[in-house]
Amino acid sequence: MTYFRAEDLSLHFGGLKAVDAVSFAVEKGEILSIIGPNGAGKSSIFNLISRIYPPTSGKIYFEDQDITQQPAYEIAGLGIARTFQNIELFENATMLSNLLVGRHRHSTTQLWQELLFLPTVRAHEKAHRRRVEQVIEFLDLEVYRDKLISGLPYGVRKVIELARALCSEPKLILLDEPSSGLNVEETGDMSFWIRDLKTDLGITVLMVEHDMSLVNRVSDRVIALNYGKVIAMGSPSEVQRHPDVVAAYLGA
Amino acid sequence: MRFLFKTDYEDDIRLMPHSGYLVTYGVLLALLAVAPFVLSSYIMSQLVFVCIYATVGVGLMILTGFTGQASLGHAAFLAIGAYTAAFLQQYNVPFPVYFLAAGLLTGVVGALVGFPALRLQGIYLVIATISFAFIVEEILARWESVTHGNEGMRVKTMQVFGMAISRDSPTFYFLCLGFLILTIVGTLNLLRSPTGRAFVAIRDSETAARSMGINVSLYKVKSFAISAAITGFAGCLFAHKLSFISPEMFTLLLSIEFIIVILIGGSFSLHGAVLGAIFLVMIDPLLTYLKDDLPGMIAGVASTFGAGKESASQIQDKAAAIASANGLKGAIYGLIIVLFVLFEPLGLYGRWLKIKLFFQLFPLYKRATFKRQKIYVKSERNR
Repeated sequence: MTYFRAEDLSLHFGGLKAVDAVSFAVEKGEILSIIGPNGAGKSSIFNLISRIYPPTSGKIYFEDQDITQQPAYEIAGLGIARTFQNIELFENATMLSNLLVGRHRHSTTQLWQELLFLPTVRAHEKAHRRRVEQVIEFLDLEVYRDKLISGLPYGVRKVIELARALCSEPKLILLDEPSSGLNVEETGDMSFWIRDLKTDLGITVLMVEHDMSLVNRVSDRVIALNYGKVIAMGSPSEVQRHPDVVAAYLGA
Repeated sequence: MRFLFKTDYEDDIRLMPHSGYLVTYGVLLALLAVAPFVLSSYIMSQLVFVCIYATVGVGLMILTGFTGQASLGHAAFLAIGAYTAAFLQQYNVPFPVYFLAAGLLTGVVGALVGFPALRLQGIYLVIATISFAFIVEEILARWESVTHGNEGMRVKTMQVFGMAISRDSPTFYFLCLGFLILTIVGTLNLLRSPTGRAFVAIRDSETAARSMGINVSLYKVKSFAISAAITGFAGCLFAHKLSFISPEMFTLLLSIEFIIVILIGGSFSLHGAVLGAIFLVMIDPLLTYLKDDLPGMIAGVASTFGAGKESASQIQDKAAAIASANGLKGAIYGLIIVLFVLFEPLGLYGRWLKIKLFFQLFPLYKRATFKRQKIYVKSERNR
């Protein structure tokens, strides 16, 4: 069986078919990119997977488990983390507490224990912090530990969002346009990190991306979407040469 | 300037980052401890109100400041706590029991209010909580077999293990102060644990909170319950302090006073809740004083500027009429809120931080440090 699978996934808003009977599979340990013109339904697919929208029809399987009806907050518990296209960080908190929120799915302490801040809570906090520090080191974020998010530049926020997703120790990570708003150097760093996610941490990556050079550098396979439908699937170079993809981007 | 050299994760966990805090809060605590033996009974009475308002302020801060759920219904939670205490006291239930009952029952009611509030955001939530407050006010007035309706209820002197604690005694003050400190420490503990961080996460981005595995509904209900429970406990103390409670004490104006406490004090900090409570309790005698003396003063000023005796007394009557007009207090509160939101959005605590930073960085302080940062594009679609 495949690791992650979407079957006939559809999302209709009235007559608008944002996602129309899309099926694809992600193998364990691969980097799969979804490309397509604006409005093709790429982010909608992400929002379907993370259960922000309920699908009109179709099913989503992760590790052979049907997750189509799981509530949104349990998706993280299954080991699927995500980042957002427009950055959804907790603005008025420090980077450290943002990353600690990423640890939420691993927290087991009870409310009454927290009110008294019992030694078990303290021990848990330190354990969480240790894991957060590993992620901070991985992504070179040391200097921003106690900085408020609202004062940080866009490029750094993008990396912090990736860090927060990594803090939840996901098996599958959904990256929504990881390079949007980044300069060339930052995009280069991002492509190295995405490769490292796969090779060093063994995380499967599903990403939406417009920057074709980044897609070419990191992806194992690419899916091209247009008008909510899959128009091509295969290796990056295959997909780029596919006549329907060329037509979608340049016009027939 | 002090630079903190962190060598352990403990440095980010402990409540007092350095020894300076120990000195400051030690001195503050010592001053509060000797206060009843030094200050007049009137000021002590005001201090007790500061403690009670600050407790409610901390409760409301958890809900509004940290979880981002506005509430104009906290007067109702206070009323439920107060009436539970008064009701149980009639049946000779001991103080510790009805004190706990007041808090726990209000907490349960808070959770129940939290459920319908899950579907509401912003201004709609405010309207829902106002209607909840009106319903409670109405129940208090109508359910005469329990609440004695508009006649109100008398609250007897507190008895703890056979010892009578009068509402003006230093012991009562220490009780209120102790409970405030307990509430603050508990809240600080919560804020450095997963639950507190989940609250802040919900405030800043519900979508992101959900995708990080936070059960947003559950935590909103938790926040409502904790906030209401704290207010319920405060309600029990409030009833004892007043020794008489009736429905017209727990009106919308009281809820607005609580909003003032956290808004003027500065949302997002517990210091703010305490500062706001001090501000609010202080402003009441000030308003009374102005009401009595301002008309005379205006007339005095008018006559020094050459107004005749008759026109001066006319001015005095007019000013007195305005000063004793109905709803003036509400109008002044409204004005205070508007002025603070416009000119001091970070509240009194924010002002204190600015002053502190000014001296720490002197002469390099930049006014722009506290300018609101530009917020980058934020999607509202996925709420």
